[in-house]
Amino acid sequence: MAPIQLLINNSPHEVEVDPDTPLLWVLRDKLNMTGTKYGCGMGLCGACTVHLDGQAVRSCQTAVSSVASKKITTIEGLSVDNSHPLQKAWIAEQVPQCGYCQPGQIMSAAALLAKTSRPSDQQIDSAMGGNLCRCGMYQRIRRAIHRAAGEGA
Amino acid sequence: MAISRRNFVVRSTVAGAGLLVGLRFSGPMLLSQESEKAKKKGPVNPFDAYIHVHPDGNISLIVAKSEMGQGIKTGLAMILAEEADVDFNAVSVEQAETRPDIYEHMGTGGSGSTMENFMPLRRAGASVRELMITAAAQKWNVPKTECEAKQAIVRHTKSSRHATYGELVDAASKLPLPDPEKVPLKNESQFDLIGHATPRVDIPSKVNGSAGFGLDVRVPEMVFAVVARCPTFGGKPLHFDASKAKAVPGVRDIFEIPALGKDMYTAGGIVVVADSTWAAMKGREALQIDWDRGPAASESSAILRQSLRTAASKPGKRIRNDGNVDEALPSSAKRVEAVYEFPHLAHATMEPMNITVHARAGEAEVWAPTQSPDWVQRTVAKLLDLPSQKVIVHTTLLGGGFGRRYMADYPAEAAQIAKVVGKPVQLVWSREDDMTHDFYRPAACHRMRGAVNQAGHPLLWSHTITSTSIGAFWGSPDKLEESEVGGAKQMPYTIRNVRLEYSAVPSSVPPLWWRSVEHSFNGFAVECFIDELAAAAGRDPVEFRRGLLVKPANWKPKDEDDPDPARLRGVLDLAAEKVGWSKPLPKGKGRGIASYHSFGSYIAEAAEVTVTGKDFKIDRIIAAIDCGQVVNPESVRAQAESAIIYGLSAALKNEITIKDGAVEQSNFDGYDPIRIDEAPPIEVHILKSKEDPGGMGEPALPPAAPAVANAIFAASGQRLRRLPFQLKT
Repeated sequence: MAPIQLLINNSPHEVEVDPDTPLLWVLRDKLNMTGTKYGCGMGLCGACTVHLDGQAVRSCQTAVSSVASKKITTIEGLSVDNSHPLQKAWIAEQVPQCGYCQPGQIMSAAALLAKTSRPSDQQIDSAMGGNLCRCGMYQRIRRAIHRAAGEGA
Repeated sequence: MAISRRNFVVRSTVAGAGLLVGLRFSGPMLLSQESEKAKKKGPVNPFDAYIHVHPDGNISLIVAKSEMGQGIKTGLAMILAEEADVDFNAVSVEQAETRPDIYEHMGTGGSGSTMENFMPLRRAGASVRELMITAAAQKWNVPKTECEAKQAIVRHTKSSRHATYGELVDAASKLPLPDPEKVPLKNESQFDLIGHATPRVDIPSKVNGSAGFGLDVRVPEMVFAVVARCPTFGGKPLHFDASKAKAVPGVRDIFEIPALGKDMYTAGGIVVVADSTWAAMKGREALQIDWDRGPAASESSAILRQSLRTAASKPGKRIRNDGNVDEALPSSAKRVEAVYEFPHLAHATMEPMNITVHARAGEAEVWAPTQSPDWVQRTVAKLLDLPSQKVIVHTTLLGGGFGRRYMADYPAEAAQIAKVVGKPVQLVWSREDDMTHDFYRPAACHRMRGAVNQAGHPLLWSHTITSTSIGAFWGSPDKLEESEVGGAKQMPYTIRNVRLEYSAVPSSVPPLWWRSVEHSFNGFAVECFIDELAAAAGRDPVEFRRGLLVKPANWKPKDEDDPDPARLRGVLDLAAEKVGWSKPLPKGKGRGIASYHSFGSYIAEAAEVTVTGKDFKIDRIIAAIDCGQVVNPESVRAQAESAIIYGLSAALKNEITIKDGAVEQSNFDGYDPIRIDEAPPIEVHILKSKEDPGGMGEPALPPAAPAVANAIFAASGQRLRRLPFQLKT
């Protein structure tokens, strides 16, 4: 196993793992960055969403060897102090209940707003449709995205 | 530790630092002598929680309530801060450690945390305020009645003196306790916190990834484990070949654990221990296992459905019998019959089951996302041959509970594994494990029979419930109906002849409480059938229900679950008003309503739908809630939205089916809850009430599915009697 160089939240990391290992488990088990969640392991629930060069991807479906040259952003890298407009909006709308899916929800929403600064409801549906929330907080998620968009995320 | 007359509040100094008040939320109150005797006998203490007023004036509430998204840590702090008269931010709620000798009741479930704790916490908070006022009055040598407490400061206005709770805490801790039954409580108009929307304290950590769930526990030297379990219930490994699995990089150990029976209900299987979760999962994939598929290998949902239908056509145990449902009907009566069918359902919490256990010499430490830390403690202690007090359980945040996390199966497995491994080990259930080895909402079939006379008045209501029984699973043959008939037994409509019967159908599929338990199907059967009777009577569904929700002048509840007809009518009226019940809708659209009581709360929901051929869309849901006195309206709204979506996932999409003894669905592709594009807008209206608080974790669920089914009938004329819904063209 050759070491793999990763750039996560602007910090370099070096890991020695099987190159097929999903990025999710490298983050969680090797680097102890547990904000990115395991939910299904099949790219069905979105709890593991991170950004690769600004694009939202499911880290459970992303082999670590394929991301060595890319810029990886996780929920821990969104802001250090809950100052990202989406985090502020999530608090203002009191979105989370159990909260387990929310890092993935927020990362999907952040990738959406980076491309589409004022998304319509349909655009929210299609960008967020891959993120399950078993507590059913969907209308709060929708409101929070609109709120953050209004504040120029 | 001095114990007061009614043994409600105890106070003491803890290591000379501050004031400690113990309180009790549930169970019979002990007299002090009895409690003293009990204390001498063994580790029994009647308290469920403690309030610790620190010398800096901050207050900790130490309580064993699990946070699974319901906002309980915020709600409890609000109640205490209100009556103690301190700033909300001065109160922090700490997770109690697992010490059954100190905390008697540690479970979180049954929508009970606010219901149970509201008055005891108010009285305890008021006792703190009273002690502070007394301490100040004595210090200044003035009458108590001239002193006032506000925001953690006691003031004597006449002499312009004041003292903070922190300055008074030492003196207060030496005073006799006020009688908690007589301690003055605030009246509602004085409330600054109770009833006012308050941001949840757990939310900031949930938007930046720092919130610690069970799977996020990281302990030095820890390893990870997964278990290969037989796909069928009751099956076990015959033999296995681990050679390929051992060759997977990172895999450390592979061994078998036996299935455990009563109270634990684990499947047993082959354990793979590895340096990472991924390596453990890869190792498991490489195992070659021959299974003995066990005695239930031929069970299927198709056969079970037939068994349930057959049982529903036969008499069962009589649960309620008013009048005589068999009395001769006038020839002009219109008869209505309906059979409602409900599948098994999985809880599917977003965070799959998991737990971390470290077994050391003579002790163990556990990190558990659990609704029942004391059960985890007993289970782990038993399997590690330790006294309970040698097992510390840290309750983490729960990534969803819904009843599933009450169980001790995953703690038992982890204890078996930890015993072998000797290092801290995190047992991880994959999503597939979670979905195929859950304890499922019982499958059920309900047969309803009713009749209305020419004047449109119902003459009879006959309801036969059959289900796979939670009581049977727990080995209570005399209580098979215990978690199956609630809400149907208390059917609230005034009809002269009412009968309810129950029979259980055996199944190897382990059943359990699923969000709202039996109300998830009884609410559907009752609220759809009353709608069917209204249609047969040619009456408006709201008017029909109203006419049957009669509260006699001398009304008294028959039991603690018996709904007050006037409160049910209150929410029905509010939902009808807010949805604009009488406004006409265009063709293809329909409106439906359901009102229901469970867990101490009354909730009516109105749905508007659009039906196009075989498809339908829920346009909106209105919820009207009377949950008694509201602590945090923001939490009430959020819980209602959540329970409605959870219920609609079952109504629209979800079903667990069994084939050849195994669950057919394994992930969110086969069991896909509602997603954002399918979630209807939900509008929540809360009735002002002075009644005791009811629960809110579950009761908004039961009315959601019947409101939608009734709306689909209004739009299309189709009655949907089997869940999940499927329309015909």
